[in-house]
Amino acid sequence: MKNYSGVMVFVEQKNKEIHRVSYELLGKARELADQINEEVVCCLCGPSEIDANELIYRGADKVFHVQDEEIFGNPEVMTYVENIVKIIEEKKPEICLFGATSFGRSIAPRVAATLKCGLTADCTGLAIDEEDMKLVQIRPAFSENILAHIKSQYLPQMATVRYKEFDEAKRDESKTGEIINFSSVKIKNNPIEVLEEITEEVFNITDARVVVSAGKGLKSPEDFKMIEELAAVLGGVVGSSRPLVEDGFISKAHQVGYSGNRVKPNLYIACGISGAPQHQAGMKEADMILAINSDPSAPIFNIADYGIVGDIYEIVPQMIEKIKNKKA
Amino acid sequence: MRIIVLMKQVPDMEKVKFDREKGVIDRKSAGTEINPFDLNALEAAVQIKETRGAEVVAVCMGPPSAEVALKEAISRGADRGILLSDRKFGGSDVKATAYTLAAGIKAIGEYDLVFAGIQTVDGDTGQVGAEVAQFLDIPHIYFVEKIVEANEESVTVVTDIWDGVYVKKMKLPGLVTVTKDINSPRLPAFKDKMKSRKAVIPAWGMDELAEFLDETETGRKGSATMVKKIEVPKAVHRKGLLWRDNMDTALNEFMDILVDKKVIEVE
Ligand SMILES: Cc1cc2nc3c(=O)[nH]c(=O)nc-3n(C[C@H](O)[C@H](O)[C@H](O)COP(=O)(O)OP(=O)(O)OC[C@H]3O[C@@H](n4cnc5c(N)ncnc54)[C@H](O)[C@@H]3O)c2cc1C
Ligand SMILES: Cc1cc2nc3c(=O)[nH]c(=O)nc-3n(C[C@H](O)[C@H](O)[C@H](O)COP(=O)(O)OP(=O)(O)OC[C@H]3O[C@@H](n4cnc5c(N)ncnc54)[C@H](O)[C@@H]3O)c2cc1C
Repeated sequence: MKNYSGVMVFVEQKNKEIHRVSYELLGKARELADQINEEVVCCLCGPSEIDANELIYRGADKVFHVQDEEIFGNPEVMTYVENIVKIIEEKKPEICLFGATSFGRSIAPRVAATLKCGLTADCTGLAIDEEDMKLVQIRPAFSENILAHIKSQYLPQMATVRYKEFDEAKRDESKTGEIINFSSVKIKNNPIEVLEEITEEVFNITDARVVVSAGKGLKSPEDFKMIEELAAVLGGVVGSSRPLVEDGFISKAHQVGYSGNRVKPNLYIACGISGAPQHQAGMKEADMILAINSDPSAPIFNIADYGIVGDIYEIVPQMIEKIKNKKA
Repeated sequence: MRIIVLMKQVPDMEKVKFDREKGVIDRKSAGTEINPFDLNALEAAVQIKETRGAEVVAVCMGPPSAEVALKEAISRGADRGILLSDRKFGGSDVKATAYTLAAGIKAIGEYDLVFAGIQTVDGDTGQVGAEVAQFLDIPHIYFVEKIVEANEESVTVVTDIWDGVYVKKMKLPGLVTVTKDINSPRLPAFKDKMKSRKAVIPAWGMDELAEFLDETETGRKGSATMVKKIEVPKAVHRKGLLWRDNMDTALNEFMDILVDKKVIEVE
C-alpha cells in the first residue's frame, strides 16, 4: 500500500459560492487520477449550507467538508492554512491542486512550507510522466517568456493552477460519491483581523466576451467615453494598459497585463497600445485581436490578427457608427 | 522599529535572451536590476521610516555580485544591506530560498515588519514571501496596495484579494508583500548614490548562519522541486492583416469579419 494516494482539489468558495476554477481543477484532476488509478477528492472549507453534492456531480469521489458557519467567511489566511494542513496530513493525497487565484496563491505556499513539500506556481499544464508516474507541472516564467517543466521531489506534489486554463468538469447529476464532514480548527489569538471589505465597483473583466482597451494613445480621461461606447455596441467591457491606470484615468480592475488581469475574450481591441511584453502577457490568448495604432511599427501588430494603422480619434467613432448601422 | 526588506537581483527583462533550440536562458546577455516590485517594497519601508522612524535593512540572497543591488537599496533609503551568499545556497527552489532568507532574518535579531515584493520577474512564483513567513512563524498578508497605519504593535493595510478589497490589521512581527500599486518608488538622489558606493555590505554564508541553517535545508539539497526542462515557446505570431489606408474600406472589411465570426449578430 502506498502511503500517499489520490488527487486533491482545494475548493475555493466565497459567500457559499464555489469559484469556477475549482470546477476546472476537478476536470483536470479526474484525468490525472484515472491515469494513476486513484481517487479524486476535494477539500472544501465553508459553511454547512454549501451543497457539496455539486462537487460530486463534477467528478469528485469524496468531499472532505470542513464545516464552520463563520471563520471561512473572510479571506483569512492563517485560519484556512491550519484547516487545510490538517486535512492533507490526515488524508495524504499524492497530488494537491489549488486555483492560482489571489487567495489560492496566498494560502498554498504557506501550506507547502508547513508540510515542507514543494509547490509549483501558476501552472498552465499538468501531465503524468509515463515512466515514473510522477506529475509534470508546466508553468510560464521569466515574465511569460519561457515554459518550465517542473517535478516535485516530495509528496504531496503540490501546484497552483491558472484560472481559465482548463475546461470545467462536466456536470452529471447521476454521479455518486461520499461527503465526509469535519469540524473546524479555530486559531486562538489570531494575529490577523479582517476589519472590513471595501466593496469596490463590481466589475469583472476576466469573463467578458469582448474587451476594448485603450493605452497611452488616449489623451484625456474623458476620451474613455468613445472607448466605452465601442465596447457597449459590441456587448463588451473596457480594458486599459497600465499607464492609464497609473495616471488615474480608470480603476485598476480594468488593467490588462502582467500585473493586472489576464483576459481571453473572443475579441480584443487594442486602441493606442504599443504592445509591450507586459501588456501582451494579459491578452495574447484572445481568440481574435484587432490593433489600432498610428505607428505601423508598433509591436502590438505582431500579435494582432488584424491591424489598422491610423488615429484612434478617427477610427473609433467611425467604427461605432458602422457597427450601429450593421445592427440596425 | 526595525523593518526588513527582501530584495532580489534579477536580469533586465528587456535585454535577456532565450535560446529556443537549447532551451536555456542566457542570463549573461542582460544586465541586472532590482526586481521592480521590490523597489515598491523598499519605498513602502522608507515611507514608514520617514513618518515615524525605523531602521530599514535590505536583505538579498544571491551571488557576490548581487552586492550592487544592496548598494542601490542603500542609495534609495535603506540603512544597511546584508547579502546572503554561499555556493551551498545555489540551485535553491522557493522552499530552500525561503528557508535561507528566514535564517538570515533570524541572524539579524529583532525585527517588527518584513516587506517583500509580490513576485519576481524571473522565477515569478510569488511564493517566497508566504514561505518565509511560515518559516519565521509569523503571519503574512499578500497583495497589499496601501498601508493605512503602521506602528510597533501592528500594521493596517488594504489588500486586493478574494475578488474583493479588504482592510486587514496584523499584529507584529508580520510579513507583507506589496503590489506595484502601493507607491511609485523615488529615484535616488545623486549624493546618496555616491555615498552608497562606499557602503560596506556584509556577506553571510553557511558559517555565519550556522545557528539557524543546516546544509540540508538550503541549495539543491534543501529544494523540493526541480526544473527538469525549459521550453522557449515561439513568440505568438498572428495572421496580421494590416490596413494602412482607405479606412472606410478597412472598416467595412472588418465589419464583415465581425459578422462572420458572430461577434455582431445581424438579424
Ligand atoms: C513589472 C512591470 C509590470 C507591468 N505590468 C503591466 C501591465 O499589467 N499592463 C500593462 O499594460 N503594462 C504593464 N507594464 C508597463 C509596460 O511595460 C508598458 O510600459 C505599457 O504597457 C505601455 O502602455 P501603452 O501601450 O498604453 O503606452 P505606450 O507604450 O506609450 O504606447 C502608446 C501607443 O499609442 C500609439 N498612439 C499614440 N497616439 C495615438 C493615436 N492618436 N491613435 C492611435 N495610436 C496612437 C503610439 O504609437 C504607441 O504605440 C509593466 C511594466 C513593468 C516593469
Ligand atoms: C523557470 C523557473 C521556474 C521556477 N519555478 C519554481 C516553482 O514553481 N516552484 C519553486 O519552488 N521554485 C521554482 N523556481 C525556483 C525559484 O525561482 C527560486 O527559488 C527563486 O530563488 C525564488 O523564487 P522567485 O524568484 O519565484 O521569487 P518570488 O516568490 O516571486 O519572490 C517574491 C518576493 O520574495 C523576495 N525574494 C525572492 N527571492 C529573493 C532573494 N533571492 N533574495 C531576497 N529576496 C527574495 C522578494 O521580495 C520578491 O519580490 C523556478 C526557477 C526557474 C528558473
